[in-house]
Amino acid sequence: MFVDARAQLHAPKQEIALLANAVNLLVPISTDDGEFHGPSIEEFFPGALLFEGTAFEINRIMLVRFVAVAALLLVFWLGTRSMRIVPGRFQSIVEMGLDFIRVGVADDLLGKKDGKRFLPILTSIFFMVLFMNITGIIPGLNIAGTSVIGVPLVLAIVSYVTFIYAGIKQSPKNFFKNSLFPSGVPWPVYIIVTPIELISTFVIRPVTLTLRLMMNMIVGHLLLVLFFAATQFFIFTLGGWYTLLGVGTLAFGFVFTLFEILVAVLQAYVFTLLTAVYIQLAVAEEH
Amino acid sequence: MLHAVLRAATEGETHNPVLPATYDIVWSAVCFAIILVFFWLYALPRMQKLLDERAEAIEGNIAKADEAQRKAEAALEEYTAQLADARAEAGKIRETAREDGKKIVAEAKEQASTEAARINASAQAQIEAERQTALVSLRSEVGTIAIDLASGVVGESLSDDAKAKAVVDRFLADLEASEQAAAGGKK
Repeated sequence: MFVDARAQLHAPKQEIALLANAVNLLVPISTDDGEFHGPSIEEFFPGALLFEGTAFEINRIMLVRFVAVAALLLVFWLGTRSMRIVPGRFQSIVEMGLDFIRVGVADDLLGKKDGKRFLPILTSIFFMVLFMNITGIIPGLNIAGTSVIGVPLVLAIVSYVTFIYAGIKQSPKNFFKNSLFPSGVPWPVYIIVTPIELISTFVIRPVTLTLRLMMNMIVGHLLLVLFFAATQFFIFTLGGWYTLLGVGTLAFGFVFTLFEILVAVLQAYVFTLLTAVYIQLAVAEEH
Repeated sequence: MLHAVLRAATEGETHNPVLPATYDIVWSAVCFAIILVFFWLYALPRMQKLLDERAEAIEGNIAKADEAQRKAEAALEEYTAQLADARAEAGKIRETAREDGKKIVAEAKEQASTEAARINASAQAQIEAERQTALVSLRSEVGTIAIDLASGVVGESLSDDAKAKAVVDRFLADLEASEQAAAGGKK
């Protein structure tokens, strides 16, 4: 059911494959004690540490998010604290990061004026997703803050509200009309087009934003856990000739760790870019 | 399908990763709010300020360079003008000097010719005076000699002065006439 839904959401084939892989991984290879322990979905729901049962419950993943937020604030506070016209090394890197969104996404897609308006939202989304994704491969944290639905969902809602706000602000009367009834189409076609537009614009966009990010992070984490758990199992539980297999899974784990860095950056970029595209479509005069 | 797999995979308590927990949403929203406020009110304004300052600095440097260029051109113009002035003045001075020299030479020439004329005149006057003196003295001497000679020839003293003077004057007049005749013949 889920795979079908993803296919309808125009999900890239690679993502479907990853999801299918993840679903397979959810089945533990062996449930007996002293045997191999595969990763499970319960990894993303660790026990509460503070305020259990309240709306402010804090568990390990929430702490990981706080660490990511703290790191983000620290980096950008240090980077922008005393900015010089001729930048030092650290300031150059921070500037490059900020310019990546300011020039590469905001100004490029929305133009100078609108780009400046929506820059804080786009910058916040990008760096929040990036920092919370990258915790998935930081030793000691080892799980992405975005791998639980809260952050992807909140950011998708932010993106959703932002592009609807942008559209209504741009043309208060015509935004929904332009969105649902594209001009230059004979009226009977609206019977088909309008429901499609309604679903694709106002339902599918936030859902895909949320699921794409979350599923990528879940799958990434499960893959890494699988590889490293297998390494542990082969080398320390079985030993002997199985150590060779353990070396192989370790190598795969290493390669996928590098791949996760790429995914972390890519997903942050995709999320931000899509948000910018949605805003751009909303502020465009004609559809 | 997913749910079935999940149920099969995790016996007992099951979490659906697609259903958000309240605390999850709350903390996600808090994190986002903090990050948004931080970027909106702190980091991005500072970045914007820096970009403005940088643009200004670049423009300022261009303006400074323009100013320097302008100054250099002005200095060059002034220098050229001064050079031209100096050349003109030098030419004027040379011209004046040449004229002055000519004047000085002319004055000197005039003075010299005046002096020469004066010397010439005084020499003429002196010659005339000496000639007169010589004439007078010659006349008296010639008279005495002639009378002595005549006294000797006549043998008698021409004591009568009046007579003697008349004789001498007549003689001299004759002499002069003959001299003049000779001078006229010569001319």
